[in-house]
Amino acid sequence: MKSGLLKEVQILLKKEVVLEWRQRYAFNGMLLYVGSSVIVCYMSFGIRSGALQPVSWNALFWIIMLFTAVNAVAKSFMQEREGRQLYLYTLASPQGIILAKILYNALLMMVLTGVGLLFYAVVLGNPLQDVALFLLAIVLASFSFSTTFTLISGIASKAGNSSVLMAILGFPVILPTLLMVIRMAKNAIDGLDRSASTDELITLLAINVIVTSVSYMLFPYLWRS
Amino acid sequence: MEELIIKKNWWKALAIALLGYTLVGGLLMEVPRLAILNETIRALYFHVPMWFGMIMLLLVSVVYSIKYLNSGKPGHDTVAVEFAYAGILFGVLGIVTGMVWAKFTWGDYWSNDPKQNAAAIGLLIYFAYIVLRNSLEDEQQKARISAVYNIFAFAALIPLLFILPRLTDSLHPGNGGNPGFNAYDMDSNLRMVFYPAVAGWTLLGVWLASIRIRIRNIERIQEDRVMG
Repeated sequence: MKSGLLKEVQILLKKEVVLEWRQRYAFNGMLLYVGSSVIVCYMSFGIRSGALQPVSWNALFWIIMLFTAVNAVAKSFMQEREGRQLYLYTLASPQGIILAKILYNALLMMVLTGVGLLFYAVVLGNPLQDVALFLLAIVLASFSFSTTFTLISGIASKAGNSSVLMAILGFPVILPTLLMVIRMAKNAIDGLDRSASTDELITLLAINVIVTSVSYMLFPYLWRS
Repeated sequence: MEELIIKKNWWKALAIALLGYTLVGGLLMEVPRLAILNETIRALYFHVPMWFGMIMLLLVSVVYSIKYLNSGKPGHDTVAVEFAYAGILFGVLGIVTGMVWAKFTWGDYWSNDPKQNAAAIGLLIYFAYIVLRNSLEDEQQKARISAVYNIFAFAALIPLLFILPRLTDSLHPGNGGNPGFNAYDMDSNLRMVFYPAVAGWTLLGVWLASIRIRIRNIERIQEDRVMG
């Protein structure tokens, strides 16, 4: 059973990646979304590169990423047509589907956040002192965005008016995680000793484990309705 | 539990007695004289029990959401949603009483305290729960999906309420090296009113929820009669 589930997740994950590759416009759209948001922020501030205070630099970056995540992950259930979803559900177990979607969205968010960081640092300046720690924060944040928003997107897709619901259901739930990530990222910017970020690291991992296991248990009920 | 809430009445008398005692004792009994706090320390009996009550009510709501997912009985969903409503009411009262108290002791209605922020986020989660419920048409789907969100949100709320405030400095007593609450804790005068106040306010919340549950049950029975 256990290896069966693993295999199933692998196949579903591959399916998601192949699907995304074939419809590249969605992925390119998300990249462009990140790019335009960065440009909008850059021009609204109307400043030279590097003139933004590290605190604002950090907050702005994560807000852009939050909105990117909401939009990128929201399509994980909305993009598929009902008929295809039904067909998929007859083939695969709900646990396999949710785990594959979470993993896929985490990968997607890592790519988007990574590219976003590159572009953001070029345009708005790069105050990072501990790049490795910041990258670790990005990996953890991608997982957190993905675990939280994947189930929320499943919930929102069941109700109409999805984009508003997605935001109001998701934002308060993601906030504590986002605060942890921002604090950890700030430590990376200031180049503090890594032991200063241990608390945030452990809390983030714990929140991720809780949210993933709750999603794993709840998704079958959501899927049935 | 449902039987106890709906059929028995002794706990309502207990709630009235406890709250009467809280009002009289809370306003008249001796309290410690502390700098800054002074007489506002009496807000302890009216502000802090709101949070205890809210957590209890929301806990009941989550338990009934889990029960609903297992059983599919509409009655369980009614209990879950009405307890959530009562919990939200307590949360709002907790924030309002807290803001008034904060104005007199900390100088501002809102001072970016982690617990204040956590309370605000918690309320946002449950407001979203209500919006989600109202956006779904089909009764069964409404019950099932909102139960899923209720459990999910509660699981996400726990780290918020218990971990975050401990990681940062807080103006609230008992966190970030602020010794306030230990000082009250030692005071038996405060305890004598505080614990009954917590029990009394929580029972009042259960009472509120139970009245609304009974109304909803009657409505459902009437609907079934019309349909059948």
